[in-house]
Amino acid sequence: MGLDKSQIAWRAAQDLKNGSVVNLGLGTPVLVSNFVESSRDIFFQSENGILGVGPEATQKAANPDLVDAGSRKVTLIPGASIFDSAASFAMIRGGHVDVTILGAFEVSVSGDLANWDSGAADKAPLVGGAMDLAVSAKTTWVLMQHNTKDNKSRLVKDCSLPLTAKNCVERIYTDIAVIDVTSDGFLARELIPSVSEEELRNRTSGNIKLASDCCVLNAPNITS
Amino acid sequence: MDKRRQSAVKVLKEIKDGSTIMISGFGEAGVPNTLLSQLKDLHPTNLTIVVNSVTRPHSLPHALIEANMVSKVITTSARGRGKGLSKFEEKLREGEVELECLPQGTFSERIRAGGAGIPAFFTPVGYGTKLGEGKETRNIQGKDCVLEEALTGDFALISANKADRFGNVNFSYTQMNFGPIMATACTTTIVEARLLLEEPLPHSHIQLPSVYVDYLIESEETDHGS
Repeated sequence: MGLDKSQIAWRAAQDLKNGSVVNLGLGTPVLVSNFVESSRDIFFQSENGILGVGPEATQKAANPDLVDAGSRKVTLIPGASIFDSAASFAMIRGGHVDVTILGAFEVSVSGDLANWDSGAADKAPLVGGAMDLAVSAKTTWVLMQHNTKDNKSRLVKDCSLPLTAKNCVERIYTDIAVIDVTSDGFLARELIPSVSEEELRNRTSGNIKLASDCCVLNAPNITS
Repeated sequence: MDKRRQSAVKVLKEIKDGSTIMISGFGEAGVPNTLLSQLKDLHPTNLTIVVNSVTRPHSLPHALIEANMVSKVITTSARGRGKGLSKFEEKLREGEVELECLPQGTFSERIRAGGAGIPAFFTPVGYGTKLGEGKETRNIQGKDCVLEEALTGDFALISANKADRFGNVNFSYTQMNFGPIMATACTTTIVEARLLLEEPLPHSHIQLPSVYVDYLIESEETDHGS
């Protein structure tokens, strides 16, 4: 069994530097904030205009005027600020966000990201802030399942779906591995014990190698 | 000076067929629902709406489209929730409505530029993607960029928390989102606020200066504090 979504998010949370500014995408990425203690001074940026998003609000404390980009009613941490959308995207596009953590459909060996258009017939596009974040953040990480439901690799030689941005993903956290995107292709840094190197190769399309110091990927059991 | 008005209908009647309207709001925060529901009753047609999202089938921006009032939508998020097609997506498929989908930073910066007298700007966001197709490109300081033109509108419909009679505006938390920039980019700005004040707002509470605001209407929403 691979990691579940919370465990993938937990693993990514371990790599955030204290004091950094981080934007979390919808879905699995937003779970990352559950695994970051307030003492780490990490400021979560939400593109609707918040620097310093706190935990989701209790029903009693929920304020419909205070939502994050995923429309969750949230709280603010001490030191948080609120600003308009132009200021928010100047913050993003100006490179003031240290890490953006996004979900994805596909990531290519050269770090191209496809995460905004699933190609479903007649469904209209939804891009939101994905392109701005992928192009402009200092670092882009992706959290995703290694394979699709019909066992295709989401790590690919070339993306088949419409691109969000080229050459932007630096690290991928999947249910079976932690993988860096390098000039030499995918490089597995950590791998879960139940998956062999051969299985990893079979489940990945596009050139993948094991780092010489590749570690065992372990995550605690998380009850949510 | 007093920009407060009793009747939203009287003000909204200025919106003629074919107008371009910017609508504030991100998620459910800051959507000018009082103005939109009155506008829906007045039913001008052939509108271009500039709005961050039309994903929610039961929201009023979506209702304007459903009511055949809209010929073009400029947005960042057009996909209807769920697997089936939204009414907007059906109209899109039938070619009854035109769509321009933009990265959110391009959307907000084009509006900001429109209000700041900047005709166009270059950005790397969107380059090499479907959303950059057909746009002029240039390599600037080693970055491949697309040219994006400013967006302006005829009317901005904005939701706020408090406003004084001069037209100075204060927002509650993330209600702010696109309000301040849309107000700068439109010929006429109509703000609905929960509280309209006779006395001037304290200077440090003003998040949208009066020069950008033409009319104030009392919102039917309740106060959530700021």
